[in-house]
Amino acid sequence: MDFLRKVAPPLLAILAIMLFWEWLVWVKGWPNYKMAAPSDLWPAFWKYRTLFLIQGWETLWRTVVGLGLAVVFGTFLGMIMGFSRLLRDALYPVLVGFNAVPKATVVPVIALIFVGEHDFNTVLIAFMISFFPIAVSVSIGLSTLEPEYRDILRALGASRLTIFWKIALPKTLPEFFGALKVSVTLAFIGTNLMEIVEPHGRGLGALFDSGKINADYPLMFAVLFALAFLGIVLFYIVVALERVFAGWADRSGG
Amino acid sequence: MGDLVELRAVTHAYRTKAGPLPVLDDLSLTIPEGKFCAVVGPSGCGKSTLTRLIAGLMMPDRGEVFLHGEKVKSPRKTVGMAFQNPVLLEWRTILENVMLPLEIVAPSMPRSQRETRARDLLALVGLAGFETKRPSQLSGGMRQRASLCRSIVHKPEVLIMDEPFGALDAFTREDLWQLMHRLRAEEPFTALLITHDLRESVYLADEVIVLSDRPARVQYRMAIDAPAPRPISMLYDPDSVAKLAILREQIEIAQGRSGEVH
Repeated sequence: MDFLRKVAPPLLAILAIMLFWEWLVWVKGWPNYKMAAPSDLWPAFWKYRTLFLIQGWETLWRTVVGLGLAVVFGTFLGMIMGFSRLLRDALYPVLVGFNAVPKATVVPVIALIFVGEHDFNTVLIAFMISFFPIAVSVSIGLSTLEPEYRDILRALGASRLTIFWKIALPKTLPEFFGALKVSVTLAFIGTNLMEIVEPHGRGLGALFDSGKINADYPLMFAVLFALAFLGIVLFYIVVALERVFAGWADRSGG
Repeated sequence: MGDLVELRAVTHAYRTKAGPLPVLDDLSLTIPEGKFCAVVGPSGCGKSTLTRLIAGLMMPDRGEVFLHGEKVKSPRKTVGMAFQNPVLLEWRTILENVMLPLEIVAPSMPRSQRETRARDLLALVGLAGFETKRPSQLSGGMRQRASLCRSIVHKPEVLIMDEPFGALDAFTREDLWQLMHRLRAEEPFTALLITHDLRESVYLADEVIVLSDRPARVQYRMAIDAPAPRPISMLYDPDSVAKLAILREQIEIAQGRSGEVH
């Protein structure tokens, strides 16, 4: 019953939106090459099912690798900036400037520099677009650690590493996961930007591009749905990890 | 018994943008082993600096701090600290919070032994049955009890408390005062208590030290020699009331307001 209450409302909402969409296409009498209806989606999926599996996998693994690199590098950068005021002052403006550059403008540059290196340049963009929130959240988490928390261990002669491992790191986890939820979506955008822009690319972005070239609207919309599906899956994987590692921070359940 | 804590002519200043801010001036004091010493004084007179110096968390500009006759150069495992904020770690249960110092001080101690020690202490402060709770599930007074357990779990020689009861309501505070006496009876330790509450200092301490305004030096010392199990009603004895009046007066002198009309 509880499960039903949780699952039924979003499912009904999706169904209602689909019906409205189907109705709109039907009323307006839009042909297939102008606008796809939800009933066109399944045939499109079925027709290109192997392509969807292959390209979906390409997009997925490159996003995850880029995000993984962003987690490692972002955490490292956040640690540096969290522990050293000097380095924070030095690096922060650089980071903000870097983040302010719209990545859509960087994509063609990277695509040109590493032309043909499909995996490398896609992972690179996914990484570049997604490490910033992680670095900022970790650095803020560490630099705002109350001195008493450090002192309870420092007064016992604990090393900096012990204090980081036992206090600073776990205390920063909620902020870290908050940032990771943003980053996972960003990494996904990064991957797709590259896949769409790059000539002869791979992944769902490339599939979308070929749909565009052929004015195959059902295929394009099917790709959008596949992307949404992957994005949701990745997001909820992060949510599940957050429950496991930082579930203590959630006090809504009492 | 000798002096466990000794400060010899300690002078310290903080470097601020407006120049050096002297907080301690030629301050000397001793705490004999097993004694409970309360330090009172005007706000911002350097009381917290005192705790950090004794804990070895910072070094004085001049003068020396000794623990057991040994000069304090860095933090040592024989110190326990408690603050106004209980600083319990939310990702650990109450039991795991109390066990934390043992993980640092006695890493070779088997977990079961650490657990037994922590459980015993929690039972002593009336927190039996709350071992697996998270800190946020406890009331402020219970959190401070757990925090006290954590600060003495490794049997420190000296327990340094910086206004540990400051954020609690009056009745909870009195409960914890009584608990403090019980703890001392069960687990003897030397204690330094920083407080703003004169009644607290008289009820708990063997000696009350009044510090002057910044830069602080010892302005007045008062021995409290009431016998060990002190009932809370002791605070209403004429003797205690007289002592409180003297301390009150000393604080006003320390604040430099003795001439003002009240």
